[in-house]
Amino acid sequence: MDLFRNPKNLGKMEDATVVAVAGNPACGDMITFYLKINDQQVIEKATFESYGCAANIATSSIVTEMIKDLTLEKAWTDITWKKVTEEIGGLPSVKFHCGVLAVGALKRAIRLYFDQKKLTYPSWLSKEHTFEEKQALEEEELAKTLSKRMKPEAEKQQ
Amino acid sequence: MVGYCMVENVKELLKLHEGITHEVYLDNENSTTVPPEVLDAMLPYYNKKAYGNPTLTHKPGWEAFETIMGCFGKISRYLGAKNLEEITFTPSETEANNLAIVASCFAQKDKGKKIVISEIEPINVLQVAEMMSKFGFSTTKIPVNNEGFVNLEKLKEAIDNQTVLVSIAAVNNEVGTIQPLKEAVDIVKAKNPNALFHTDASDAYGRIPLNVQQLGVDMATVSSFKIQGPRGVGAFYLKEGINLERILEGPIGTQKLWPGVENTPLIVGFTKASELAFTDFEGNVAKLRALRDKLVDGIFAELTDLRFNGPRGDKRSPDNANISILRCEGEALTIELSLKGVYVSSGSACSRRLLQPSHVLIAIGRIFEEAHGSILMKVTRTHTEDDISYVLDVLPSAVNRIRGIVGSTGVH
Repeated sequence: MDLFRNPKNLGKMEDATVVAVAGNPACGDMITFYLKINDQQVIEKATFESYGCAANIATSSIVTEMIKDLTLEKAWTDITWKKVTEEIGGLPSVKFHCGVLAVGALKRAIRLYFDQKKLTYPSWLSKEHTFEEKQALEEEELAKTLSKRMKPEAEKQQ
Repeated sequence: MVGYCMVENVKELLKLHEGITHEVYLDNENSTTVPPEVLDAMLPYYNKKAYGNPTLTHKPGWEAFETIMGCFGKISRYLGAKNLEEITFTPSETEANNLAIVASCFAQKDKGKKIVISEIEPINVLQVAEMMSKFGFSTTKIPVNNEGFVNLEKLKEAIDNQTVLVSIAAVNNEVGTIQPLKEAVDIVKAKNPNALFHTDASDAYGRIPLNVQQLGVDMATVSSFKIQGPRGVGAFYLKEGINLERILEGPIGTQKLWPGVENTPLIVGFTKASELAFTDFEGNVAKLRALRDKLVDGIFAELTDLRFNGPRGDKRSPDNANISILRCEGEALTIELSLKGVYVSSGSACSRRLLQPSHVLIAIGRIFEEAHGSILMKVTRTHTEDDISYVLDVLPSAVNRIRGIVGSTGVH
């Protein structure tokens, strides 16, 4: 709750090495992570922005705290949605997906780092999407489907 | 473990509210504050008088019988019913709507299997109608325009000789649209005089002139807490001459459609709250409208990128304000406002256990982001100008803080 009131590491990072977005504002749930990664593949700094509920804000904020000074390998293997949920002191079950989405955004950022630098994936980085990345993709797909189901005949007001 | 965590989290949340000096409860859609005069009217009925079962032959029983009959009489007058036997007290709006839909479908199952509702009906109409598919009934949902008015042409098209029930709320509970109910009833009855017409009038009762006989409806629902009465009681109107069967079985007391021992204190509280709403009805409505307009005008003066949901002017319920705040997630805003003592609800998926945005806002053509950033506020006659000024003091900074967290994320 304190992280909702006074979120740590909030805001855009101009000199970020990678920027990853997960979720969709249509779901009411969207996270952007900005990571500054040095040549030793250590996360020097992480910030976030969130269009989401209080749990979304708090889980995003705590992930940026947890990954600071970690190597990409450690961030990839150690940070799971269960750990994030524990770290935050538990979440109600309907909010589990907030933690999943935050970790999904993190994993997406790490994968993006290797993609953008055109580096071969290290052995710890699976070629297949992880559970959290898949969940993020599913949520984005769901948002698209829901948007399509919206009434085409309803005129936009104002 | 999760349950335990939640209790601990709620304790922590409540602790954060310590030191709040001003509280304004605007979530009168979902519960309400009961004024002291209503509570004072109820309390003697727990242990001083009329605490008996109204069907039994002793003094506390006869007192209860006499009291409840008086309440039937008053509520039937406020609704414009013909006689008091047309009223049934139910545990709430939800039970009354279930009774209306389930009982009228069962009673007419040999005449047809079609239900017609609007697509912005409250959940306790929408889901009950959909549930009737288990018994072979189909539900047609009539679309609404971008202010929430039911499309009467489409309504006309949908009614045929298989239609057994039409249910359209007199006033929409989320966006305050006052439906052209008399016209809708006339359209339905002209095409099929046997189709029963039900209206959930919970958001109309005490806010707009309402007379079930003049409207020509067969059934109506009203709710106690929607007019600052106690929770746990509502009333169901059934026009004389229409036969419905009970949907629950049990001991029958003063009312044949709803079994069980009558809850005299709640019925008295609901009746008292109705009395307060209908004594100087015009004055109360003018007050609601003035407070609501001050609230809405104040918010629009302070903030940009807003959408007003539902109609403006005379076709809107006087108590209802529903505003979409762009680039501001609604659930986060309800928490931020709560920490300042202002209590509102949101159409955001996150603030609902279903994790789906408000079906009403989507039906009036709002995109998902607009639904997620919406807040619903309902003023009551017990709010003061100071209350609204306080809300206007704290709301802009709360919105700006949440918008700050959003940053450029999710902005198109």
